Amino acid sequence: MKYIKSLMVALTVVLFTSASFADTLNDVKARGMLKCGSNTGLVGFAAPDDAGVWKGVDVDVCRAVAAAVFGDANAMEVVPTTSKARFTVLQSGEIDMLARNTTWTFSRDVDLGLEFVGVNYYDGQGFLVPASLGVSSALDLDGASVCIQVGTTTELNLADFFRMHKMEYESIPVETNDEADAAFLAGRCDVYTTDQSGLYAQRSTYPNPDDWVVLPEIISKEPLGPSVRHGDSKWADVVRWSLNTMIIAEEMGITSANVDSHLSSDNPSILRLLGKEGAYGAMLGVNNDFGYQIIKQVGNYGESFERNIGLSTPMAIARGVNSMWTKGGLIYAPPFR
Amino acid sequence: MLMRLLNVSNFSVAKKWVHKNLFSSWASALITIFCFYIILKIIPAGLDWLLFSADFVYNFRGEQIIDRTFCSKVIEPGQHGACWAIIIVRWNQFMYGFYPVEEIWRVNIVFALTPFALLPLFFDKVIFKKQLIYFTFIFPFIAYYLLYGGPGLTEISTSKWGGLLVTLFLGVTGIIIAFPFSILLALGRRSKMPVIKSVSVIFIECIRGVPLITILFFGNIMLPLFLPDGVNVDNLLRGLVAMTFFAAAYMAEAIRGGLQAIPNGQLEAARALGLSYWQSTIQIVLPQALRISIPAIVNSAIGVLKDTSLVLIVGLFDLLGIGRAALADMNWMKLSHEVYAFVAIIFFILCFSMSRYSLYLEKKLKTDNSI
Amino acid sequence: MNGLTLRNIFFDEKIRSILIQAFVVGLIGVGIYSLIQTTSYNLDKRGIDTGFEFLKNPAGYDISLTLIPYTNTDTHLQAYFVGLINTLLIAVTGCFVATIIGFTIGIIRLSTNWLFRNFAYAYVEATRNVPILLHIIFWYTVLLELPKIKEAANFLKFFFLSNRGVYSPALILQDGMGIVFIFIIFSIVFAIIFNIWAKKKQESTGVQLPVFLINSGVIIFLPIIVFIALGMPLLWDHPVLKGFNFKGGMVIRPEFVAMLLGLGIYTGSYIAEIVRSGIISVSKGQREAASALGLKKNIVMKLVIIPQALRVIIPPLTNQYLNLTKNSSLGIAIGYADLVHGFGGISLNITGQAIEIMAMVMATYLTISLTISLFMNLYNKSVQFKGNT
Repeated sequence: MKYIKSLMVALTVVLFTSASFADTLNDVKARGMLKCGSNTGLVGFAAPDDAGVWKGVDVDVCRAVAAAVFGDANAMEVVPTTSKARFTVLQSGEIDMLARNTTWTFSRDVDLGLEFVGVNYYDGQGFLVPASLGVSSALDLDGASVCIQVGTTTELNLADFFRMHKMEYESIPVETNDEADAAFLAGRCDVYTTDQSGLYAQRSTYPNPDDWVVLPEIISKEPLGPSVRHGDSKWADVVRWSLNTMIIAEEMGITSANVDSHLSSDNPSILRLLGKEGAYGAMLGVNNDFGYQIIKQVGNYGESFERNIGLSTPMAIARGVNSMWTKGGLIYAPPFR
Repeated sequence: MLMRLLNVSNFSVAKKWVHKNLFSSWASALITIFCFYIILKIIPAGLDWLLFSADFVYNFRGEQIIDRTFCSKVIEPGQHGACWAIIIVRWNQFMYGFYPVEEIWRVNIVFALTPFALLPLFFDKVIFKKQLIYFTFIFPFIAYYLLYGGPGLTEISTSKWGGLLVTLFLGVTGIIIAFPFSILLALGRRSKMPVIKSVSVIFIECIRGVPLITILFFGNIMLPLFLPDGVNVDNLLRGLVAMTFFAAAYMAEAIRGGLQAIPNGQLEAARALGLSYWQSTIQIVLPQALRISIPAIVNSAIGVLKDTSLVLIVGLFDLLGIGRAALADMNWMKLSHEVYAFVAIIFFILCFSMSRYSLYLEKKLKTDNSI
Repeated sequence: MNGLTLRNIFFDEKIRSILIQAFVVGLIGVGIYSLIQTTSYNLDKRGIDTGFEFLKNPAGYDISLTLIPYTNTDTHLQAYFVGLINTLLIAVTGCFVATIIGFTIGIIRLSTNWLFRNFAYAYVEATRNVPILLHIIFWYTVLLELPKIKEAANFLKFFFLSNRGVYSPALILQDGMGIVFIFIIFSIVFAIIFNIWAKKKQESTGVQLPVFLINSGVIIFLPIIVFIALGMPLLWDHPVLKGFNFKGGMVIRPEFVAMLLGLGIYTGSYIAEIVRSGIISVSKGQREAASALGLKKNIVMKLVIIPQALRVIIPPLTNQYLNLTKNSSLGIAIGYADLVHGFGGISLNITGQAIEIMAMVMATYLTISLTISLFMNLYNKSVQFKGNT
């Protein structure tokens, strides 16, 4: 009995590692490590490579936050989450922030107790088909078998789209990318639908990406962005401005390669961003050079985009709506002052 | 030996054996021929795929394989051996998940210690049994310290654990932690106190009545809702909690079977001698009951170990999960047969040896006939 | 003195038992109370509504395998029933397949042929030592390697095999088919009554009637005669490849087949071992005694061995059926739209009502499990030795 009792006590202690999240920034600093919730594996957004290192645009947001808080972009770890569990783990405090291609919607922002801090990718639900199918529009898909990666809005959008156009389809819902992949490549379904970014990610993993076409129709708008728990605006600010710093850096033409030369710039707004002027870091509760660290270690938004999902990568996604606002896109950040 | 086999009298014995066991009737002879045909068809083809035509580190041209395009079967349609390079290149991931390479020695120590922790649960006569049983119960904590880190060791968060490590961690730790609970549950189910009895029955039946996957979802999605602010349990430990509940309920039933085999008179006699309930239970009833129920416990342990593969559905990278992740990699996709065969072989080795062992125990118990 | 009485009270068996139980009740009460408190606080803080109101909301998603009417405008409750029926469908068919595999392999395990026997042994060990999830995923992967839809293999003229399933002609019922069904039921009822009557007659007079022959004749031929007499009121709806898929006919989807194969083969090898040990448990003496009485080999099997073996087989067999039913929840791994995948997965994702939905799903499985074990216990009692308490 004695052992059993002491075992139970010890077990409780081991299992319940305590952490309070009233002040996430302090907790993160105390831990010396950022816990960032992301995907279980979506190439280009968050996926481990052969060496087990996580890479992707979502991971870069995590890295930027780590660079801002610790001055070290590697002081973070990716916690893979399923679409079902992602909000629960954020709310319970297991992770400090969520950067997992998650759509910013009213009910999530208001009702689920999340706070979205920005958008790092403007997405929309699309369709991927084999080129050999000879389909050029989603309106030709009457009677097709459709593989759906089970999310929260994907199957609803799909059902609405087909009902609206009075078309029929066979739905094959799958839990993860890998399954969807296996089923789609084998020809179990004609069409694969999820967010367009996901479709590009998927296509890039195929042996001959040119044999597959992403159809032009977008049947929903899906602004993807990082989120934090509701009610901790100090922490939300840190994440928001880490992302904004990456965007502003691109706008100003500062890259990880040339950031050092900008340290002696004449432009006051660049000096503010790099922490040479003003006490913006202190206001945020982090080091004053946080902007410099983010750009130096992670790069600006465009660099992250090109490195992970841009035209030179197998994903080959054009900037499109994700171009800078100065170039006709939607990527925009409030001024840094 | 060979000479003796060729010996005439042995030859006639062999002939008799063959006649009796393979050609006793026309039907039997036909079946034998049919079986031989199948064996001749399957085994050479299977071995050819598994070994003789298979690629390991180099393909048939002698190049080192670094992704699927180097596999012989991808280069040459005529080649059809397995391409084991996917396992070899990702060996560390299959064994340890994303555990940092320079810290892998810690996992290896835990792997090496695991058999010692399991010995007292599975064997009834081991040298140093007393000492080992203490070790068994502190093993989860040693393992946790070594794997997770703490004072003196770098912290390796559980999200970096994966592969065989997670499979064994969930299986072995789950079984060890569940063991004392299962004894209590089994005793509780046989208790004369109605409250204790019904609580045990409800717990056992509720766990056994629902699929493991729902218990895992329960742990994964609902547990955080049940815990107070500031307390949080990470994904792997939530999986462990679910596996422990599951293992405890099934092992409790195995132990109950053992308890039922102990005549009530024994407990009554012990009580009459003035021993308390716990004294008589721990010193007299339990040792015998556990000995009888070891085969059943091993069988439920096999079930638990196999069922750890379900955790991939809640986003943990166990052996099967890591395999599927490897298949999702653009460099290695479409080698599903190799991955599934590898995972199946590992599980087969673990489970088959355990089941042979439980069979041996059952036979031994029968011949011992001590009860 | 006071200490002594307290001591006495503490060591009094009855009082101590009550104290312990009261303590446990209290502990559980406090546990449940604080659990409800924290949970409702958490739910409140996260803005999650509780209650089952969401069941009345439209589900909004489609399910392709539906045995009852369902469209995406139906409610979550309807989606629950669709999932439940799909779960029952795979559980029942899975048990059927597993039983056939199990009995076949179990009997082969006892074959006098050494090679055949060990063949079955190897099969059993190879299948049951591999996780069920791997079985299911493996079979799904195999089925996906079947010909693509455009190259669907045609066999027996009207059947098409592809990795989207087996397409077969479907029956369309015409007027008059109802009469045929009435005759089918009628002939089955007749067969049962005839069976009872023949048994009674055998018991009283010893005359054995060819019951099986007569009954099967009645069940097969009577409806066929009626069917032909009514001018064959049936139409076949043949599947035709149109656009992306076959239109018309029936389809058995690969997700279903993979589940069936995975569950059937895995559980089948457990059943094989149960059958084997059940038959072994009937002692050799019984067999020999029955043969000595001059009974034929198949009669010995039917009247002596099987009834006794069943007594041993049924309890563990029930357990396997229950395991299979629970394992059918793994459909989620390959997209078989069962209760856990559809209602417990997609509905949960959409509504966010994790507690309510998981509670419903768990309660459903618990009900199925308890119902099956209840019926099996009743049946078990009826086949136990009478007079052997």
